[in-house]
Amino acid sequence: MKRSVFRNRALPYLLVLPQIAVTVVFFFWPAFESLRLSLFRTSPFGDKTSFVGLENFRKLLTTPEYYQSIGNTFVFASGVTAIGLGAGLFVAALATQKIRGLAAYRTAVLWPYGIAPPIAGIIFLFIFHPSYGVLPYWLGFVTSYEFNWLLKGWVAMALVILATAWTHVGYNIAFFLAGLLAIPTSVLEAASVDGAGAIRRFRSIIFPLLSPITFYLLVVNLIFSFFGSFGVIHAVTQGGPGGATEIMVFKVYKDGFIGLNLGSSAAQSVLLMILVITLTALQFRFVEKRVTYS
Amino acid sequence: MKRRVRAVAALAALLLVVLPTAALAKTEIHLWHAMGGQLGETVNELVKQFNQSQADFEVKPLNKGTYPEVLTGAIAAYRQKNPPHIVQVFDVGTQTMLLSGAIHPIFQLMKEQEIKVDWNDFIKPVTGYYSKDGNLYSMPFNSSSPILYYNKEVFKKAGLADKPPATWKDVGEFSKKIIAAGGAKCGFTTSWPSWTMLENTFPWHDQPFATNQNGYTGLDTKLLINGEFGVKHISQLAAWQKDGVFSYGGRMGLPDPKFINGDCAMLIQSSAVIGGFKKSLKFAWGTGPLPHWGPPYKKQNAVVGGATLWVMKGQKPADYKGVAQFMKFIAEPHQQMWWHVTTGYLPITQAAIKNLEAGYHFKKNPEQWTALGQLSGTPTANSQGHRLGNFAQIREAIEGEMENVFAGKKTAREGLDAAVAKGNDILKEFAAANKP
Repeated sequence: MKRSVFRNRALPYLLVLPQIAVTVVFFFWPAFESLRLSLFRTSPFGDKTSFVGLENFRKLLTTPEYYQSIGNTFVFASGVTAIGLGAGLFVAALATQKIRGLAAYRTAVLWPYGIAPPIAGIIFLFIFHPSYGVLPYWLGFVTSYEFNWLLKGWVAMALVILATAWTHVGYNIAFFLAGLLAIPTSVLEAASVDGAGAIRRFRSIIFPLLSPITFYLLVVNLIFSFFGSFGVIHAVTQGGPGGATEIMVFKVYKDGFIGLNLGSSAAQSVLLMILVITLTALQFRFVEKRVTYS
Repeated sequence: MKRRVRAVAALAALLLVVLPTAALAKTEIHLWHAMGGQLGETVNELVKQFNQSQADFEVKPLNKGTYPEVLTGAIAAYRQKNPPHIVQVFDVGTQTMLLSGAIHPIFQLMKEQEIKVDWNDFIKPVTGYYSKDGNLYSMPFNSSSPILYYNKEVFKKAGLADKPPATWKDVGEFSKKIIAAGGAKCGFTTSWPSWTMLENTFPWHDQPFATNQNGYTGLDTKLLINGEFGVKHISQLAAWQKDGVFSYGGRMGLPDPKFINGDCAMLIQSSAVIGGFKKSLKFAWGTGPLPHWGPPYKKQNAVVGGATLWVMKGQKPADYKGVAQFMKFIAEPHQQMWWHVTTGYLPITQAAIKNLEAGYHFKKNPEQWTALGQLSGTPTANSQGHRLGNFAQIREAIEGEMENVFAGKKTAREGLDAAVAKGNDILKEFAAANKP
């Protein structure tokens, strides 16, 4: 690591000030507000407010639905991350092959990332909806299996995982592609000469060299599926059927904005924040040890 | 210094340009609503007619999204001390609005503005839903009730008479005949599952939905939907879901395509889709009242759904004159009739209904009478409406459990018990938050 030395003592602080200001206004302040709000019981219009201490938290931690939503969140986040990273690496590897029109393909594989999650949700609806989707319609010709995720919870979960992973896969591809292209060909050629096959080369050379990127993407994808996945769920299943796809961030929205129970909603976002901070810290503590920075 | 002078000069010039027009401009009245598509266009047209009818006020309609989004948006705006003048709030938001302290009751507004309105001319199921202590608190705007739509061509194909099923027993038998004859894949589906199958089916059979006269007489209310009647009805639906008589199609209006594309022979949905169906359905169709279980249950009345217009506190006193004029305008028979004929929402004054009858409107358009017909009669304590706090959230909980039942994960009793437990929790929370 190269260290820059500033002669003017104030200058570095001045330079990071805008970033700090943005963080304070858009992160610390709202986070603090949530923390404060989570200790109150508020009527929808905010005209009656009473301090209830940790009551909102106690209530959450004693209702089975909340645990269900935590469970859903972990299933969802692991699904999105696994599929997102797997598919991302696979497509990125394909996009490093020597094929005609490579530039066009490379651009095309990044496209899904440019599509806003709610729009992606709508696209998936048109494909998969039991009443008007194209896929169930075609499936109806070959099998009597009813692709009805309006009632089948696990199908609904699989669908939102797929849709969310799809919206985010372009991002993963971009990073993996950059990582793959940065691996010196001489190393790979040397390994080939030594008799290492494609799988061996991948396991012993490519994957370790990609590990900083993979780790970064792992963290980012997990955080994204915890927080940024709201749009798809809202557009496709709205947490249903029977709460099967109700992940924590959606429940925050639902209880706060539809249920108008701001205290509980704030308490949930505080718990979600603690969970994500813990998870990220754990990842840095344990997973990062296995990462090789060159 | 020089720069400052220039800035002041620019500002002055700007004011000179803006001020005269501002002085001449009409007073703006902001109306936030949730009407999209064809309904949204109809609202815009209605507002246009009002704006052209007088010179002092200009109503500005704004579609703020779905019903919950409009309500949340209005609350946020109110908390920032910048609410719109008028907000359209759905039926289930009534209790929240009544207790909000943020509203200006419509009866009071009209009294202050000395505009005479014959509230007794309004139909009872509508005023009953939105009144407190005999006074109307919000202006009924779009009121509807759930009715049964049926595909006449499919009925014919199955050898059935051109008549909607009157009882649930008929619904089952008709559906089985239709499926056997290959007329459709499923007998019926329903939109807004909690609203049609519980919130309306209970009063329709004169069954209590919740304690305290469905929440009218107190905040310590508890749901009663897991009794014998509720279990009977929901377990029948669950059984029908298995053999295709019933096909669950999701919440809100999401199941409509099943009827529109011919998959299901019947649909239970709000009368408000009549306008859209007239334009878009490619087959002959008819309507019938909400099916009934027959004796020993009494046939009562359905309850209205839809939304009303609430006037918000905190506006300039002069603006309220315009708000009141607009409210008077939309309640006039001419506008009522036009709104009803165009959308399928109910005309809500006797005067408008009489005018429509005089023109043989209901004879010529029997589908437009169906919803009105099932609202007639004097409502009982069980059928005047529902007044539950955070009802939107309760509806969510109920529909989630209905899905568990239809998926076969729970029995009707288990599902309804769970819905009641969750609902009661929400009611308790609401009561605690609104303790005076």
